[in-house]
Amino acid sequence: MPTERAPAIDAAPPSLAGAGRALFARDLALAWRRRGDIAQPLVFALLVVTLFPLALGNDPALLARIAPAVLWVALLLANMLGLDGLFRGDAEDGSLEQMLLAPVPLAWLLAVRVAGHWLTTSLPLLLAAPVLAEMLHLPRAQLGVLMMSLALGTPLLALIGSVVAALTVGMKRSGMILALLALPLYVPVLVFGAGSVMASSEGLPVLVPLLLLGAGLALALVLAPLAAAAALRIAVT
Amino acid sequence: MNPVLLWFHRLGSPPLFDAFAARWVPWCFAIATVLMLWGGWEALFVAPTDYKQGDGYRILFIHVPSAWMSLMVYALMALYAGIALVWKIKLCEILAMACAPVGAVFTAITLATGAIWGYPMWGTWWDWDPRMTSELVLLFLYLGVIGLNASIEDRRAAARAAGFLAILGIVLLPVIRYSVDWWGALHQQQTIRLFGESAMHASMFKPLIIMVIATKFWFVGSLLQRARVDNLRREAGKAWARAAAGAPEARA
Repeated sequence: MPTERAPAIDAAPPSLAGAGRALFARDLALAWRRRGDIAQPLVFALLVVTLFPLALGNDPALLARIAPAVLWVALLLANMLGLDGLFRGDAEDGSLEQMLLAPVPLAWLLAVRVAGHWLTTSLPLLLAAPVLAEMLHLPRAQLGVLMMSLALGTPLLALIGSVVAALTVGMKRSGMILALLALPLYVPVLVFGAGSVMASSEGLPVLVPLLLLGAGLALALVLAPLAAAAALRIAVT
Repeated sequence: MNPVLLWFHRLGSPPLFDAFAARWVPWCFAIATVLMLWGGWEALFVAPTDYKQGDGYRILFIHVPSAWMSLMVYALMALYAGIALVWKIKLCEILAMACAPVGAVFTAITLATGAIWGYPMWGTWWDWDPRMTSELVLLFLYLGVIGLNASIEDRRAAARAAGFLAILGIVLLPVIRYSVDWWGALHQQQTIRLFGESAMHASMFKPLIIMVIATKFWFVGSLLQRARVDNLRREAGKAWARAAAGAPEARA
Protein backbone atom coordinates (compact mmCIF):
# COMPACT_ATOMS: atom_id res chain seq x y z
CA MET A 1 0.00 0.00 0.00
CA PRO A 2 1.63 3.28 -1.08
CA THR A 3 2.16 5.56 1.86
CA GLU A 4 2.57 8.76 -0.16
CA ARG A 5 -0.44 10.56 -1.47
CA ALA A 6 -0.51 11.50 -5.15
CA PRO A 7 -0.15 15.29 -5.62
CA ALA A 8 -3.45 17.18 -5.58
CA ILE A 9 -4.94 17.90 -8.97
CA ASP A 10 -4.36 21.63 -8.61
CA ALA A 11 -0.79 21.32 -7.34
CA ALA A 12 1.80 23.41 -9.17
CA PRO A 13 3.59 21.55 -11.99
CA PRO A 14 7.15 20.49 -11.19
CA SER A 15 9.82 23.09 -11.81
CA LEU A 16 12.24 22.64 -14.68
CA ALA A 17 15.10 22.00 -12.28
CA GLY A 18 13.09 19.54 -10.22
CA ALA A 19 11.91 17.56 -13.21
CA GLY A 20 15.38 17.62 -14.71
CA ARG A 21 16.97 16.42 -11.51
CA ALA A 22 14.43 13.61 -11.17
CA LEU A 23 14.95 12.38 -14.73
CA PHE A 24 18.74 12.66 -14.44
CA ALA A 25 18.73 10.70 -11.18
CA ARG A 26 16.50 8.06 -12.72
CA ASP A 27 18.70 7.67 -15.78
CA LEU A 28 21.87 7.42 -13.70
CA ALA A 29 20.25 4.93 -11.36
CA LEU A 30 19.16 2.78 -14.29
CA ALA A 31 22.61 2.99 -15.83
CA TRP A 32 24.19 2.06 -12.50
CA ARG A 33 22.01 -1.05 -12.26
CA ARG A 34 23.41 -2.16 -15.62
CA ARG A 35 26.84 -0.77 -15.01
CA GLY A 36 28.45 -3.61 -16.90
CA ASP A 37 27.03 -2.03 -20.03
CA ILE A 38 29.58 0.77 -19.78
CA ALA A 39 32.15 -1.75 -20.92
CA GLN A 40 30.40 -2.36 -24.24
CA PRO A 41 31.24 0.88 -26.11
CA LEU A 42 34.71 0.79 -24.55
CA VAL A 43 35.45 -2.71 -25.77
CA PHE A 44 33.96 -1.87 -29.16
CA ALA A 45 36.26 1.13 -29.57
CA LEU A 46 39.18 -0.97 -28.42
CA LEU A 47 38.36 -3.65 -30.98
CA VAL A 48 38.03 -1.13 -33.80
CA VAL A 49 41.36 0.41 -32.86
CA THR A 50 42.89 -3.07 -32.81
CA LEU A 51 41.60 -3.90 -36.29
CA PHE A 52 43.70 -1.24 -37.98
CA PRO A 53 47.18 -2.38 -36.96
CA LEU A 54 46.06 -5.93 -37.71
CA ALA A 55 45.08 -4.88 -41.20
CA LEU A 56 47.91 -2.47 -41.90
CA GLY A 57 50.81 -4.18 -40.23
CA ASN A 58 53.02 -2.91 -37.46
CA ASP A 59 54.45 0.27 -38.92
CA PRO A 60 54.54 2.87 -36.11
CA ALA A 61 54.99 5.81 -38.46
CA LEU A 62 51.97 4.84 -40.56
CA LEU A 63 49.86 4.18 -37.48
CA ALA A 64 50.85 7.53 -36.00
CA ARG A 65 49.71 9.29 -39.17
CA ILE A 66 46.30 7.66 -39.25
CA ALA A 67 45.82 7.58 -35.47
CA PRO A 68 43.66 10.73 -35.16
CA ALA A 69 41.31 9.60 -37.91
CA VAL A 70 41.04 6.03 -36.61
CA LEU A 71 40.38 7.23 -33.05
CA TRP A 72 37.73 9.67 -34.21
CA VAL A 73 36.00 7.05 -36.35
CA ALA A 74 36.16 4.46 -33.57
CA LEU A 75 34.58 6.83 -31.05
CA LEU A 76 32.04 8.02 -33.60
CA LEU A 77 30.94 4.44 -34.35
CA ALA A 78 30.85 3.54 -30.67
CA ASN A 79 28.69 6.61 -30.06
CA MET A 80 26.40 5.69 -32.91
CA LEU A 81 25.88 2.15 -31.69
CA GLY A 82 24.89 3.50 -28.31
CA LEU A 83 22.13 5.67 -29.78
CA ASP A 84 19.67 2.82 -29.90
CA GLY A 85 19.70 2.57 -26.13
CA LEU A 86 18.74 6.22 -25.75
CA PHE A 87 14.99 5.68 -26.02
CA ARG A 88 14.51 1.95 -26.42
CA GLY A 89 14.00 1.16 -22.74
CA ASP A 90 11.42 3.87 -22.29
CA ALA A 91 9.67 3.08 -25.56
CA GLU A 92 9.23 -0.52 -24.48
CA ASP A 93 7.68 0.10 -21.09
CA GLY A 94 5.58 3.14 -21.89
CA SER A 95 7.64 5.74 -20.05
CA LEU A 96 8.18 7.56 -23.33
CA GLU A 97 4.51 8.44 -23.63
CA GLN A 98 4.63 9.71 -20.04
CA MET A 99 7.49 11.97 -20.98
CA LEU A 100 5.46 13.26 -23.92
CA LEU A 101 2.54 14.02 -21.60
CA ALA A 102 4.65 15.62 -18.89
CA PRO A 103 3.85 19.21 -17.86
CA VAL A 104 7.50 20.11 -18.42
CA PRO A 105 8.75 20.92 -21.93
CA LEU A 106 9.72 17.72 -23.74
CA ALA A 107 12.81 19.42 -25.16
CA TRP A 108 14.11 20.02 -21.62
CA LEU A 109 13.58 16.39 -20.67
CA LEU A 110 15.36 15.25 -23.80
CA ALA A 111 18.27 17.59 -23.10
CA VAL A 112 18.63 16.06 -19.65
CA ARG A 113 18.33 12.57 -21.14
CA VAL A 114 21.11 13.25 -23.67
CA ALA A 115 23.30 14.70 -20.91
CA GLY A 116 22.89 11.53 -18.88
CA HIS A 117 23.54 9.42 -21.94
CA TRP A 118 26.73 11.33 -22.71
CA LEU A 119 27.94 10.88 -19.15
CA THR A 120 27.38 7.15 -19.19
CA THR A 121 28.54 6.27 -22.71
CA SER A 122 30.84 8.98 -24.07
CA LEU A 123 32.68 10.04 -20.92
CA PRO A 124 34.20 6.58 -20.38
CA LEU A 125 35.29 6.63 -24.01
CA LEU A 126 36.87 10.05 -23.49
CA LEU A 127 38.77 8.80 -20.48
CA ALA A 128 39.96 5.75 -22.41
CA ALA A 129 41.00 7.82 -25.45
CA PRO A 130 44.58 8.53 -24.28
CA VAL A 131 45.15 4.78 -23.83
CA LEU A 132 43.80 4.07 -27.30
CA ALA A 133 45.89 6.92 -28.70
CA GLU A 134 49.02 5.43 -27.20
CA MET A 135 48.20 2.08 -28.79
CA LEU A 136 48.26 3.79 -32.17
CA HIS A 137 51.45 5.71 -31.38
CA LEU A 138 49.76 9.10 -31.57
CA PRO A 139 52.44 11.77 -30.99
CA ARG A 140 52.09 13.25 -27.50
CA ALA A 141 51.89 16.75 -28.93
CA GLN A 142 48.61 15.95 -30.67
CA LEU A 143 46.98 14.33 -27.67
CA GLY A 144 45.84 17.63 -26.20
CA VAL A 145 44.13 18.69 -29.43
CA LEU A 146 42.57 15.24 -29.76
CA MET A 147 41.10 15.37 -26.27
CA MET A 148 39.81 18.90 -26.84
CA SER A 149 38.18 17.92 -30.14
CA LEU A 150 36.62 14.84 -28.57
CA ALA A 151 35.39 16.83 -25.58
CA LEU A 152 33.61 19.21 -27.94
CA GLY A 153 32.67 16.63 -30.55
CA THR A 154 31.18 13.77 -28.54
CA PRO A 155 28.39 15.91 -26.99
CA LEU A 156 27.66 17.22 -30.46
CA LEU A 157 27.45 13.66 -31.78
CA ALA A 158 25.16 12.69 -28.92
CA LEU A 159 22.86 15.67 -29.58
CA ILE A 160 22.64 15.10 -33.35
CA GLY A 161 22.24 11.38 -32.76
CA SER A 162 19.39 11.99 -30.32
CA VAL A 163 17.36 13.64 -33.09
CA VAL A 164 17.82 10.65 -35.39
CA ALA A 165 17.16 8.20 -32.56
CA ALA A 166 13.95 10.08 -31.72
CA LEU A 167 12.88 9.85 -35.36
CA THR A 168 13.33 6.07 -35.48
CA VAL A 169 12.11 5.23 -31.98
CA GLY A 170 9.97 2.14 -31.69
CA MET A 171 10.91 0.82 -35.13
CA LYS A 172 11.79 -2.83 -35.15
CA ARG A 173 15.19 -3.56 -36.68
CA SER A 174 16.05 0.11 -36.42
CA GLY A 175 19.76 -0.48 -35.87
CA MET A 176 20.97 -0.31 -39.46
CA ILE A 177 18.67 2.47 -40.58
CA LEU A 178 19.62 4.51 -37.52
CA ALA A 179 23.25 4.24 -38.60
CA LEU A 180 22.45 5.12 -42.21
CA LEU A 181 20.53 8.22 -41.17
CA ALA A 182 22.97 9.40 -38.52
CA LEU A 183 26.23 9.04 -40.43
CA PRO A 184 25.64 11.70 -43.12
CA LEU A 185 24.65 14.13 -40.38
CA TYR A 186 27.84 13.26 -38.46
CA VAL A 187 30.03 14.25 -41.41
CA PRO A 188 30.67 17.91 -40.41
CA VAL A 189 31.58 16.89 -36.84
CA LEU A 190 34.03 14.30 -38.09
CA VAL A 191 35.51 16.70 -40.63
CA PHE A 192 36.22 19.37 -38.05
CA GLY A 193 37.05 17.01 -35.20
CA ALA A 194 39.52 14.77 -36.97
CA GLY A 195 40.54 17.72 -39.11
CA SER A 196 41.70 19.69 -36.08
CA VAL A 197 44.08 16.92 -35.05
CA MET A 198 45.31 16.41 -38.61
CA ALA A 199 45.88 20.17 -38.76
CA SER A 200 47.96 20.08 -35.60
CA SER A 201 50.00 17.24 -37.08
CA GLU A 202 50.79 19.46 -40.08
CA GLY A 203 51.49 22.55 -38.02
CA LEU A 204 48.36 24.40 -39.21
CA PRO A 205 46.23 26.45 -36.77
CA VAL A 206 43.96 24.24 -34.68
CA LEU A 207 41.89 26.96 -33.09
CA VAL A 208 39.59 27.41 -36.10
CA PRO A 209 38.13 23.90 -36.30
CA LEU A 210 37.88 23.71 -32.51
CA LEU A 211 36.01 27.00 -32.37
CA LEU A 212 33.71 25.80 -35.14
CA LEU A 213 33.04 22.63 -33.18
CA GLY A 214 32.29 24.76 -30.17
CA ALA A 215 29.92 26.92 -32.19
CA GLY A 216 28.18 23.82 -33.50
CA LEU A 217 27.88 22.52 -29.95
CA ALA A 218 26.39 25.80 -28.75
CA LEU A 219 23.79 25.68 -31.53
CA ALA A 220 23.05 22.02 -30.99
CA LEU A 221 22.61 22.45 -27.24
CA VAL A 222 19.67 24.71 -27.96
CA LEU A 223 18.28 23.36 -31.23
CA ALA A 224 18.84 19.61 -31.05
CA PRO A 225 16.52 18.99 -28.05
CA LEU A 226 13.81 21.02 -29.79
CA ALA A 227 14.29 19.04 -33.01
CA ALA A 228 14.39 15.77 -31.07
CA ALA A 229 11.13 16.69 -29.31
CA ALA A 230 9.48 17.38 -32.66
CA ALA A 231 10.89 14.13 -34.07
CA LEU A 232 9.68 12.17 -31.05
CA ARG A 233 6.17 13.54 -31.42
CA ILE A 234 6.22 12.59 -35.09
CA ALA A 235 7.52 9.10 -34.41
CA VAL A 236 5.22 8.29 -31.49
CA THR A 237 2.07 8.86 -33.47
CA MET B 1 -11.17 33.24 -52.97
CA ASN B 2 -8.21 34.15 -55.14
CA PRO B 3 -8.28 31.85 -58.21
CA VAL B 4 -4.64 30.79 -57.81
CA LEU B 5 -5.25 29.83 -54.18
CA LEU B 6 -8.42 28.03 -55.19
CA TRP B 7 -6.55 26.06 -57.85
CA PHE B 8 -3.89 25.15 -55.29
CA HIS B 9 -6.43 23.96 -52.76
CA ARG B 10 -8.40 21.99 -55.35
CA LEU B 11 -5.23 20.23 -56.45
CA GLY B 12 -4.89 18.92 -52.90
CA SER B 13 -7.94 16.74 -53.42
CA PRO B 14 -6.83 13.22 -54.43
CA PRO B 15 -9.28 12.65 -57.31
CA LEU B 16 -8.68 16.10 -58.79
CA PHE B 17 -4.94 15.66 -58.52
CA ASP B 18 -5.22 12.30 -60.25
CA ALA B 19 -7.03 13.91 -63.18
CA PHE B 20 -4.50 16.77 -63.29
CA ALA B 21 -1.53 14.40 -63.29
CA ALA B 22 -3.07 12.06 -65.85
CA ARG B 23 -3.58 15.02 -68.16
CA TRP B 24 -0.17 16.68 -67.84
CA VAL B 25 2.31 13.80 -67.48
CA PRO B 26 2.36 12.87 -71.20
CA TRP B 27 2.88 16.51 -72.16
CA CYS B 28 5.76 16.92 -69.73
CA PHE B 29 7.54 13.82 -70.98
CA ALA B 30 6.89 14.76 -74.62
CA ILE B 31 8.32 18.26 -74.19
CA ALA B 32 11.24 16.87 -72.20
CA THR B 33 12.04 14.31 -74.90
CA VAL B 34 11.91 16.88 -77.70
CA LEU B 35 14.10 19.30 -75.74
CA MET B 36 16.58 16.55 -74.86
CA LEU B 37 16.87 15.47 -78.49
CA TRP B 38 17.37 19.06 -79.61
CA GLY B 39 19.76 19.82 -76.73
CA GLY B 40 21.68 16.61 -77.38
CA TRP B 41 22.09 17.45 -81.04
CA GLU B 42 23.25 20.97 -80.19
CA ALA B 43 25.60 19.65 -77.53
CA LEU B 44 27.20 17.00 -79.71
CA PHE B 45 27.34 18.65 -83.10
CA VAL B 46 26.83 22.41 -82.88
CA ALA B 47 28.73 23.52 -79.80
CA PRO B 48 32.37 24.17 -80.62
CA THR B 49 35.26 22.02 -79.41
CA ASP B 50 36.86 23.26 -76.23
CA TYR B 51 40.44 24.48 -76.71
CA LYS B 52 41.63 22.81 -73.52
CA GLN B 53 39.53 19.65 -73.18
CA GLY B 54 38.70 18.85 -76.78
CA ASP B 55 35.42 17.06 -77.35
CA GLY B 56 35.38 15.23 -74.03
CA TYR B 57 33.93 18.26 -72.27
CA ARG B 58 30.55 17.66 -73.89
CA ILE B 59 29.49 15.41 -71.03
CA LEU B 60 29.11 18.72 -69.18
CA PHE B 61 25.74 19.11 -70.88
CA ILE B 62 24.43 16.12 -68.93
CA HIS B 63 26.53 16.60 -65.82
CA VAL B 64 25.66 20.21 -65.01
CA PRO B 65 21.86 20.03 -65.49
CA SER B 66 21.78 16.85 -63.39
CA ALA B 67 23.79 18.54 -60.66
CA TRP B 68 21.51 21.56 -60.57
CA MET B 69 18.47 19.28 -60.51
CA SER B 70 19.86 17.22 -57.64
CA LEU B 71 20.03 20.35 -55.51
CA MET B 72 16.74 21.86 -56.67
CA VAL B 73 14.84 18.64 -56.09
CA TYR B 74 16.17 18.37 -52.54
CA ALA B 75 15.09 21.93 -51.78
CA LEU B 76 11.66 21.23 -53.28
CA MET B 77 11.36 18.00 -51.32
CA ALA B 78 12.14 19.82 -48.09
CA LEU B 79 9.61 22.54 -48.99
CA TYR B 80 6.85 19.98 -49.63
CA ALA B 81 7.79 18.18 -46.42
CA GLY B 82 7.61 21.44 -44.49
CA ILE B 83 4.16 22.24 -45.86
CA ALA B 84 3.04 18.69 -45.10
CA LEU B 85 4.29 18.85 -41.51
CA VAL B 86 2.78 22.26 -40.78
CA TRP B 87 -0.53 22.07 -42.65
CA LYS B 88 -0.88 18.27 -42.75
CA ILE B 89 -1.76 18.31 -46.46
CA LYS B 90 -1.75 14.68 -47.58
CA LEU B 91 -0.84 15.49 -51.17
CA CYS B 92 2.24 17.42 -50.11
CA GLU B 93 3.40 14.31 -48.23
CA ILE B 94 2.92 12.30 -51.42
CA LEU B 95 4.79 14.86 -53.52
CA ALA B 96 7.65 15.10 -51.03
CA MET B 97 8.17 11.33 -51.02
CA ALA B 98 7.87 11.21 -54.82
CA CYS B 99 10.67 13.76 -55.14
CA ALA B 100 13.15 11.58 -53.31
CA PRO B 101 13.82 8.81 -55.86
CA VAL B 102 13.95 11.27 -58.75
CA GLY B 103 16.43 13.46 -56.92
CA ALA B 104 18.51 10.46 -55.91
CA VAL B 105 18.80 9.34 -59.53
CA PHE B 106 19.79 12.85 -60.65
CA THR B 107 22.48 12.82 -57.95
CA ALA B 108 23.69 9.41 -59.06
CA ILE B 109 23.83 10.60 -62.69
CA THR B 110 25.81 13.65 -61.55
CA LEU B 111 28.33 11.48 -59.71
CA ALA B 112 28.59 8.94 -62.53
CA THR B 113 29.00 11.50 -65.32
CA GLY B 114 31.48 13.33 -63.13
CA ALA B 115 33.55 10.18 -62.77
CA ILE B 116 33.33 9.46 -66.51
CA TRP B 117 34.43 13.02 -67.23
CA GLY B 118 37.15 12.90 -64.61
CA TYR B 119 38.96 9.81 -65.76
CA PRO B 120 40.17 10.95 -69.20
CA MET B 121 40.46 14.62 -68.21
CA TRP B 122 41.98 14.60 -64.74
CA GLY B 123 43.31 11.04 -64.58
CA THR B 124 41.12 9.81 -61.74
CA TRP B 125 37.61 8.44 -61.35
CA TRP B 126 37.19 10.01 -57.91
CA ASP B 127 38.92 12.64 -55.82
CA TRP B 128 37.26 13.53 -52.47
CA ASP B 129 37.34 17.21 -53.24
CA PRO B 130 34.67 19.29 -51.43
CA ARG B 131 32.14 19.41 -54.23
CA MET B 132 32.25 15.68 -55.00
CA THR B 133 32.19 14.72 -51.34
CA SER B 134 29.22 16.92 -50.49
CA GLU B 135 27.36 15.61 -53.56
CA LEU B 136 28.01 12.09 -52.27
CA VAL B 137 26.65 13.05 -48.85
CA LEU B 138 23.60 14.50 -50.63
CA LEU B 139 23.08 11.06 -52.19
CA PHE B 140 23.26 9.52 -48.73
CA LEU B 141 20.67 11.99 -47.46
CA TYR B 142 18.33 11.08 -50.33
CA LEU B 143 18.83 7.36 -49.67
CA GLY B 144 18.11 7.99 -45.99
CA VAL B 145 14.79 9.66 -46.81
CA ILE B 146 13.85 6.83 -49.19
CA GLY B 147 14.91 4.21 -46.65
CA LEU B 148 13.05 5.76 -43.75
CA ASN B 149 9.90 6.18 -45.84
CA ALA B 150 10.08 2.52 -46.84
CA SER B 151 10.68 1.16 -43.36
CA ILE B 152 7.58 2.51 -41.60
CA GLU B 153 4.31 0.67 -42.19
CA ASP B 154 1.79 3.48 -41.89
CA ARG B 155 2.16 5.61 -45.04
CA ARG B 156 1.28 8.95 -43.44
CA ALA B 157 3.56 8.40 -40.45
CA ALA B 158 6.33 7.29 -42.80
CA ALA B 159 5.97 10.41 -44.93
CA ARG B 160 5.99 12.64 -41.85
CA ALA B 161 9.13 11.03 -40.44
CA ALA B 162 10.96 11.01 -43.77
CA GLY B 163 9.84 14.58 -44.42
CA PHE B 164 11.28 15.65 -41.08
CA LEU B 165 14.53 13.98 -42.03
CA ALA B 166 14.54 15.86 -45.34
CA ILE B 167 14.15 19.16 -43.47
CA LEU B 168 16.98 18.18 -41.09
CA GLY B 169 19.12 17.44 -44.11
CA ILE B 170 18.46 20.78 -45.73
CA VAL B 171 19.54 22.55 -42.57
CA LEU B 172 22.74 20.54 -42.47
CA LEU B 173 23.48 20.56 -46.21
CA PRO B 174 25.15 24.01 -46.22
CA VAL B 175 27.07 23.01 -43.07
CA ILE B 176 28.30 19.85 -44.76
CA ARG B 177 29.21 21.74 -47.93
CA TYR B 178 31.04 24.42 -45.97
CA SER B 179 32.80 21.99 -43.64
CA VAL B 180 34.02 19.80 -46.48
CA ASP B 181 35.10 22.93 -48.34
CA TRP B 182 37.17 23.95 -45.36
CA TRP B 183 38.63 20.47 -45.21
CA GLY B 184 39.70 20.87 -48.80
CA ALA B 185 41.47 24.09 -47.92
CA LEU B 186 43.32 22.26 -45.16
CA HIS B 187 44.90 19.88 -47.62
CA GLN B 188 45.39 22.32 -50.44
CA GLN B 189 49.02 21.41 -50.74
CA GLN B 190 48.04 17.97 -51.97
CA THR B 191 46.64 18.51 -55.44
CA ILE B 192 46.97 21.39 -57.83
CA ARG B 193 44.18 21.70 -60.36
CA LEU B 194 45.50 20.78 -63.79
CA PHE B 195 42.59 22.38 -65.64
CA GLY B 196 40.96 25.65 -64.72
CA GLU B 197 37.25 26.20 -65.34
CA SER B 198 36.98 28.69 -68.18
CA ALA B 199 34.00 31.05 -68.26
CA MET B 200 31.38 29.63 -70.58
CA HIS B 201 31.13 30.88 -74.14
CA ALA B 202 27.72 31.85 -75.53
CA SER B 203 27.81 29.06 -78.09
CA MET B 204 28.10 26.51 -75.30
CA PHE B 205 25.48 28.24 -73.22
CA LYS B 206 22.60 27.43 -75.58
CA PRO B 207 22.74 23.61 -75.37
CA LEU B 208 23.21 23.90 -71.61
CA ILE B 209 20.07 25.97 -71.18
CA ILE B 210 18.08 23.62 -73.41
CA MET B 211 19.22 20.62 -71.36
CA VAL B 212 18.47 22.43 -68.09
CA ILE B 213 14.89 23.16 -69.19
CA ALA B 214 14.55 19.60 -70.52
CA THR B 215 15.55 18.11 -67.16
CA LYS B 216 13.04 20.34 -65.41
CA PHE B 217 10.22 19.06 -67.60
CA TRP B 218 11.44 15.49 -67.12
CA PHE B 219 11.44 16.03 -63.37
CA VAL B 220 7.90 17.43 -63.33
CA GLY B 221 6.66 14.53 -65.46
CA SER B 222 8.37 11.97 -63.22
CA LEU B 223 7.14 13.68 -60.08
CA LEU B 224 3.53 13.83 -61.23
CA GLN B 225 3.63 10.22 -62.41
CA ARG B 226 5.09 8.89 -59.16
CA ALA B 227 2.74 11.03 -57.09
CA ARG B 228 -0.20 9.78 -59.14
CA VAL B 229 0.76 6.14 -58.51
CA ASP B 230 1.29 6.72 -54.79
CA ASN B 231 -2.00 8.60 -54.57
CA LEU B 232 -3.91 5.79 -56.28
CA ARG B 233 -2.25 3.19 -54.09
CA ARG B 234 -3.18 5.04 -50.91
CA GLU B 235 -6.74 5.72 -51.98
CA ALA B 236 -7.20 2.27 -53.50
CA GLY B 237 -10.33 1.58 -51.49
CA LYS B 238 -12.22 4.55 -52.81
CA ALA B 239 -14.67 4.33 -55.69
CA TRP B 240 -13.05 7.11 -57.70
CA ALA B 241 -9.71 5.29 -57.53
CA ARG B 242 -11.19 2.08 -58.83
CA ALA B 243 -12.85 3.99 -61.65
CA ALA B 244 -9.68 5.89 -62.49
CA ALA B 245 -7.63 2.72 -62.57
CA GLY B 246 -10.20 1.22 -64.88
CA ALA B 247 -11.16 -1.63 -62.60
CA PRO B 248 -14.28 -3.56 -63.53
CA GLU B 249 -17.35 -2.72 -61.44
CA ALA B 250 -16.83 -4.10 -57.94
CA ARG B 251 -18.99 -6.90 -56.70
CA ALA B 252 -21.37 -4.90 -54.46
